[in-house]
Amino acid sequence: MGLATFKGGIHPPDKKILSASSPITATKPPKIIVIPLSQHAGAPCKPVVSIGQEVKKGEMVGEPGGFVSAPVHSSVSGKVIAIAEFQNAMGRMVNSVVIENDLKEEWTALKDSPDYMNLPAAELKEKIKAAGIVGLGGAAFPTSVKLSPPKEKPIDVVIINGAECEPYLTADYRLMIEKPKDIIEGLKILMKILGVSKGFVGIENNKPDAVRKMQEAAKGASGIEVLALEVKYPQGAEKMLIRAVAGREVPPRGLPMDVGAVVQNVGTALSIFEAARYGKPLIERVVTVTGEGIKEPKNLMARVGTKISELIEECGGFRDDVAKVVAGGPMMGFALSSLDVPVTKGTSGVLVLPEEGVMHAEDYGPCIRCGRCIDVCAMGLMPSMLSILSEKGMYEEAKEYNLFDCFECGSCAFVCPSKRPIVQLVRLAKSMVKP
Amino acid sequence: MEATKKEHELIVSVSPHVKSEETTSRIMWTVSLALLPAFLSGVYFFGLKALFITALCVVSAVVFEHFYLKLVNKKSVVGDGSGFLTGLLLGMNLPASLWSFSPFTVHVPIIATFVAVVITKQLFGGLGYNVFNPALIGRAFALISWPRAMTIWMTPTASFLTMDAKTTATPLGILKEAGMSELIKVFGDKVSLYEHLLTGNRAGSIGETSAIALLIGGLFLLYKKYITWHIPVSFLGTAALIAWVFGQKGALFAGDPLIHLFSGGMMLGALFMATDYVTSPSVRKAQLIFGAGCGALTMLIRLKGGFPEGVMFAILIMNCFAPLLDRGFRSKVFGAVKTVKEIKK
Ligand code: SF4
Ligand code: SF4
Repeated sequence: MGLATFKGGIHPPDKKILSASSPITATKPPKIIVIPLSQHAGAPCKPVVSIGQEVKKGEMVGEPGGFVSAPVHSSVSGKVIAIAEFQNAMGRMVNSVVIENDLKEEWTALKDSPDYMNLPAAELKEKIKAAGIVGLGGAAFPTSVKLSPPKEKPIDVVIINGAECEPYLTADYRLMIEKPKDIIEGLKILMKILGVSKGFVGIENNKPDAVRKMQEAAKGASGIEVLALEVKYPQGAEKMLIRAVAGREVPPRGLPMDVGAVVQNVGTALSIFEAARYGKPLIERVVTVTGEGIKEPKNLMARVGTKISELIEECGGFRDDVAKVVAGGPMMGFALSSLDVPVTKGTSGVLVLPEEGVMHAEDYGPCIRCGRCIDVCAMGLMPSMLSILSEKGMYEEAKEYNLFDCFECGSCAFVCPSKRPIVQLVRLAKSMVKP
Repeated sequence: MEATKKEHELIVSVSPHVKSEETTSRIMWTVSLALLPAFLSGVYFFGLKALFITALCVVSAVVFEHFYLKLVNKKSVVGDGSGFLTGLLLGMNLPASLWSFSPFTVHVPIIATFVAVVITKQLFGGLGYNVFNPALIGRAFALISWPRAMTIWMTPTASFLTMDAKTTATPLGILKEAGMSELIKVFGDKVSLYEHLLTGNRAGSIGETSAIALLIGGLFLLYKKYITWHIPVSFLGTAALIAWVFGQKGALFAGDPLIHLFSGGMMLGALFMATDYVTSPSVRKAQLIFGAGCGALTMLIRLKGGFPEGVMFAILIMNCFAPLLDRGFRSKVFGAVKTVKEIKK
């Protein structure tokens, strides 16, 4: 029998070897950090500090601006020198708190709880909320919201996403190798909060050592199963992962909770453990800095607010013919126009691509209706039609072809022999019509 | 700042930032390559005439496409190989006897190519937008305009330089006019008939006669995943079934499916013409219906129609339904079918 998986999908070259063997190392303390007040899906934070104020490491600088929101904290000790709009990785201007590091690394008082497993669920949830934890896989959805499902949607399974199906990225892989016990503890905490007796960890089978480490760490933990999954992009997409691990399909436009599942990424699970155990807020994360265009690919423990350009320097700088720098992975990441943007909670990687291999947007041809995109679309859509209709400005018709079920995984554009910018055309169409 | 010196030259484009190596032109050239065995066998059996006719079509296709695109101020796409492939397919669908100067019929392939490349393909919007298979429209046009010239079939001679070949009838022609026993008599016995059909030693269009050479090319494309099994299998399967059930006059379940599969343009049609991306459905389920339709219509024309051969018209008719079939057989959106599985504790 084959490994668990889903229908469709692609096999891009995984290129993880570039950075897979580099252990997670801390970056040099940044002199200045820029903390965007909106790093998550949902309402932006309100600043709770003022210019000139001294802050400690781990101190809250922005409070949640609504239910779907998460606080942000300072990742250094120092002085607030500005609160103003700065560009983020997506190219948008976001209100941000700028702090000058005094290099004293003074922590704010954190509440240690050695017996965290005996705390009531509500208190654990409160800790997660206060720590500003969001999904670290890229979407940055506030975790506390996922942990508060409405009554009519009972949750019966928690899945830790260790698929890391994006090529090049190795941040989650390193965490599973280096901190498997803590990740399993994070899963146990999630299961306790949700009152669930079944937990899974799903890992793509191109990381057999991670599967082994996690299985060892899970030994003896009741109800926890570590599964090796078929290596196929987008195996780590929530819906595909739930399909592979639990055999359930989330309905179109639905959420995992519609089928009783909560999915969290391995990095998130680790942060959950650290928040519950040490009261540590989410102020740093693992960022894979990699690609053929970087001198020394590394997995860095980077503080939120560090500039991308500093991470690049930390890795020896660019090789000669760099053409593109991407925040995130090659399939769904954002190409950066400036390196002067900060690492946020959702930054899983910085990918540096050399000139060769970079497609120029205008070099695409007509759809030859080869059907490759249809075969690979994990959502069962017709990307060919979506792209043609969008190109012709027929956005309403594109809606009939389930435009809004596309989650922009990029598999279709990857396989297209005509190199059609399908994702770009899908985004255009989405912006022109209401769902 | 050494590391950021690139700042102003960074390319910003929408994800994904990596793409597969497959390109349209690679597909077109590979399909052309897959046609090579069948083409070579055509040249082997029909001599230099076959070579000249095919070359004429290929050159005219490339030239017409190039100048048409220039005329309408579009970027020339000759390098993408699709014009070359159309010319090649058209040439392989014509009788070698067209290379004749008295009566003069050398203009027929040129005009047919014009109809294929300029009218059927470019006037409909170019690659990707044509409704009908260009090579088949070119051939249909020639057949309707010059019905006599298009049905002069040379005896396969296997003598490469012969320019004045004897003419004869195609196996399907004999089958239609004189029946099965006569067909077997012409080739001696049944085994010899099969042998001739498989190797291509029989009258017919340049590239359609050698079932083996076509199968080699088709299997190569299947192996390279440039085509999928859906259309060829449903096409050939349906045709074989109908040939078996209704193939014999006066008796059910007594027909000979193999003769039908290996004669006429069946192999060339099912493996290379009906599988044309642009003019066939792209949803796999729809392709099954499309192929079955092609097979059924082919046999309907062969058994009941006025022509001995029906592959060309069958595919052209099904071409009209390709978009409709795609719409009708769209796959279900992920999650549309409810699946809630209990998790074993
Ligand atoms: S892969 Fe590209 S060329 Fe093929 S059907 Fe899809 S959009 Fe068209
Ligand atoms: S980007 Fe959208 S249409 Fe393309 S494969 Fe992914 S889900 Fe399907």
